[in-house]
Amino acid sequence: MTDIRAEITTGQDRAEAGFGDYVQLLKPRVMSLVVFTALVGLLVAPMSLHPVEALASIIFIALGAGASGALNMWWDADIDRLMRRTARRPVPAGLVEPGEALAVGLALSLISVFMLGLAANWLAAGLLAFTIFFYAVIYSMWLKRWTPHNIVIGGAAGAFPPMIGWVVATGHVGIEAVLMFALIFMWTPPHFWALALFMKDDYGKAGVPMLTVTHGRRVTRAQILAYTLALVPVALGAGFTSIGGPVYLAVALALNALFVVGAFGLWRRTEEAALLDGYRAEKRFFRFSLLYLFLHFAAFLAEATPWAEPLRASFTFWGS
Amino acid sequence: MSIAREHEIHRRRFGRNLGVALTLAAFIALVFALTIAKVSGGGSIDAFDHTYRPVIDPAINPAIGARE
Repeated sequence: MTDIRAEITTGQDRAEAGFGDYVQLLKPRVMSLVVFTALVGLLVAPMSLHPVEALASIIFIALGAGASGALNMWWDADIDRLMRRTARRPVPAGLVEPGEALAVGLALSLISVFMLGLAANWLAAGLLAFTIFFYAVIYSMWLKRWTPHNIVIGGAAGAFPPMIGWVVATGHVGIEAVLMFALIFMWTPPHFWALALFMKDDYGKAGVPMLTVTHGRRVTRAQILAYTLALVPVALGAGFTSIGGPVYLAVALALNALFVVGAFGLWRRTEEAALLDGYRAEKRFFRFSLLYLFLHFAAFLAEATPWAEPLRASFTFWGS
Repeated sequence: MSIAREHEIHRRRFGRNLGVALTLAAFIALVFALTIAKVSGGGSIDAFDHTYRPVIDPAINPAIGARE
């Protein structure tokens, strides 16, 4: 048996992880977004679920997202160490051993998928398993260090939670679930490329082939505008399905107009102008992109409440 | 230095153990609640248990089939 007091007296006092460091391994901020979008996917579905089953399902979806976060931190520890934004994560900071991160990731993956299968259904569990695999293997191990389109394809991993939420409630994948998926999928490139514009040295230092590194900032700005424009029909299209409605459509119209104006502004900006004001417009666009996604899903949720029903009923399209 | 002195490492380990304990307790509570929800919402839980019981045979008692 080891006595930790021996370590104290011999002065081998290395940093030791607290419980919070293991929580950090699960990327709690990403988990909160997953919880929100999965919950919306579940609540806007036409079938209702026992509250305990719904709660358990959301918890296991979040746990699955956390597991993929831990696997990502295990795999990416070498490049996380080099980037300012990620250097303080538990593995590069030396608080959690890489092997521990791997063990936590694998164990939580198995638990979350198996438990979601028992709590909801096996299609939802299969989608969760695929999401974890997609994020940890396809994105982290393969795309991220290989292609500047890493986050375009990798964005699928973040887009699955509302679809899983929908499948938990209905047992099948509907057009609404596909559109919620597409909304996050198309939103991811402008969101992350805006971040890459003002985190300018990080990705280059780590050798991650972000678009800003491989094709330059001008191309990145043009791509942000292109994806923002491509996002508009997806966001508005969702308004004409059973989860949309007049409230959603009004919100989506306003948000998309503002997002396009922002993207157009970024496209017109020169690098000199951005340097002069410390990338203010890029940072504003990034912050707005978070609000953009949150408000779209909040509007889906609003449409599912009984208060939206009279308004929906007054329009022949949604009322019928 | 006293051998029994409380150290930062003790505090962190206690926090970690407490966190694991609470997580496990929450997991057990969740599985228990989920079991109750599944069982109470799942219609008939009667079974044949080695002996044929006509009363729970859907072919004889259609009400049983309708509940499931």
